[in-house]
Amino acid sequence: MIHDIAVLGGGPAGMAAATEAASRGARTVLLEESPIPGGQVYRALPAGFAAPADADRRAGDALRAAVASSGADIRTGCRVWGLGGGPLVPQGAPPAPFTLSALGADGVPFTVTSRALVLCTGTHERIIPFAGWTLPGVIGLAAATILLKAQGVLPGRRVVVAGVGPLLYAVAAKVLAGGGQVVAVVDAATRGEWLRALPALAARPDLLARGAAWRAKLVAARVPVLPGAHVTAAEGDGALARVRVGERAFDADALCIGHGLVPATEATRTCRARHEHRPQDGGWVPVLDARQRTSVPMLYAAGDGAGIRGAAAAPATGRVAARAALEDLGIARVTGDDSARARRAGSAMARMMALRPALVAAIPPETAVCRCEGVTRAAIDAAAADGAATINQLKHFTRCGMGPCQGRMCGEAAGALLAAARGVPVSEVGFATGRIPLRPVPMAAILGDFDYADIPVPAAAPI
Amino acid sequence: MNQRIAAFSRPAAVIITVRGRPVVAHPGESLAAALIAAGLWRFGETDSRSAVCMMGVCQQCLLRVDGRLVQACLTPVAAGQVVTPA
Repeated sequence: MIHDIAVLGGGPAGMAAATEAASRGARTVLLEESPIPGGQVYRALPAGFAAPADADRRAGDALRAAVASSGADIRTGCRVWGLGGGPLVPQGAPPAPFTLSALGADGVPFTVTSRALVLCTGTHERIIPFAGWTLPGVIGLAAATILLKAQGVLPGRRVVVAGVGPLLYAVAAKVLAGGGQVVAVVDAATRGEWLRALPALAARPDLLARGAAWRAKLVAARVPVLPGAHVTAAEGDGALARVRVGERAFDADALCIGHGLVPATEATRTCRARHEHRPQDGGWVPVLDARQRTSVPMLYAAGDGAGIRGAAAAPATGRVAARAALEDLGIARVTGDDSARARRAGSAMARMMALRPALVAAIPPETAVCRCEGVTRAAIDAAAADGAATINQLKHFTRCGMGPCQGRMCGEAAGALLAAARGVPVSEVGFATGRIPLRPVPMAAILGDFDYADIPVPAAAPI
Repeated sequence: MNQRIAAFSRPAAVIITVRGRPVVAHPGESLAAALIAAGLWRFGETDSRSAVCMMGVCQQCLLRVDGRLVQACLTPVAAGQVVTPA
């Protein structure tokens, strides 16, 4: 069966896109990696778990309920690794329907074919490397949020929270509420930056009030907040014991650190959609029209994967993308775009969370930038001096970005280092060409059952 | 060590085996969260790999469960799992 619309990613954008598409009569399939849709901010609790509901859980439950009753075919727990069709056809051939290859929750491979594809792949965290950042006990801010909100686990007993953006204060408040100690909050943003963001945040008084409540909890617990400061080193023998912030040192068993969010563009890159480098949107983002259409026909992107605007803004952009797809497929013509207000508050936070070049400049030479392959800053600088001009060339020179994470964690820092070494803007060093598999998959799972004798041997060439 | 937050209610605890030692965990929670809750931050055998992103992106939390290579952050705990380094 060919679906009309496939939605990749079941976060807030994807749930809203699938709901809109299915409820307007499109044969819709939603593919999601987690066992329950929700995405990272609206992540559902594991089955059998219960916790006091908060605003995020209620928002997530509403989106989950809507998509569950929309008529969309919802496939959770599946790992989508293959992406074909669309523009990915032999040269000269007409565009074909999109094909998505996946491993099901039961481990059985399956393929989905669709006329239109809405990518709602979300975002992952930016962690700019620093001395000791690979020590066990150092985890992302978003990772800490998942631990605290979806798993009910404290990252540590004595926690330093560091980096930039609203998640800092959310994580610190959750650690306190969960019975942990917050040793310090190290905020890369200055007080002035927060003040300048306030007018745009006023568009979302609910989010602003929540942020103020987080801050009040820290004041009440007498947690030191260091504005305009950076973690300079994580130290410990085999695991984190101490966090250094310039001259100051804090004993800690966990450091939750994040320097903003990076749109997950592996699928749009694989489809060869046009991208542009927009630091205020999180870095490389697909070029979109006003209705979330990419440069590739019948391919749409919404939510944070299309440019960081936050979970609150994501459902509206998902609906816009679904409506564009419905119209382009000739299924329904629905106008309306309610995304403007939420986008405005989200863009103020995204600007604050944009890549900070000073952090990249401060990466020590011996620190691993690509932790999968152990590529240090010194190795990247040396490759630049030897003539590596683009990210793709840097891969050839150093293997940077060629490990299991495929450059998702290091790609941005590597790009910024390479650009700085060459003295050019980041946009000039480009991004790694998108390739399948989108996620690592076991060869056995995708090859199927065959025997050596099944391999066709071509007839010998005539001599 | 138990770093679980008391305000959460969970299914009754089960035992999994991590590098030959029994570890208390709750069915359904992610294996990465269960290890962190037990203070077991080191996931690698010789290197210092550990969970970083908790959302399936970084691939740093790779482990073997009953011999099968998995991402600990995406793998729910089940009674009797035998966890070994990747």
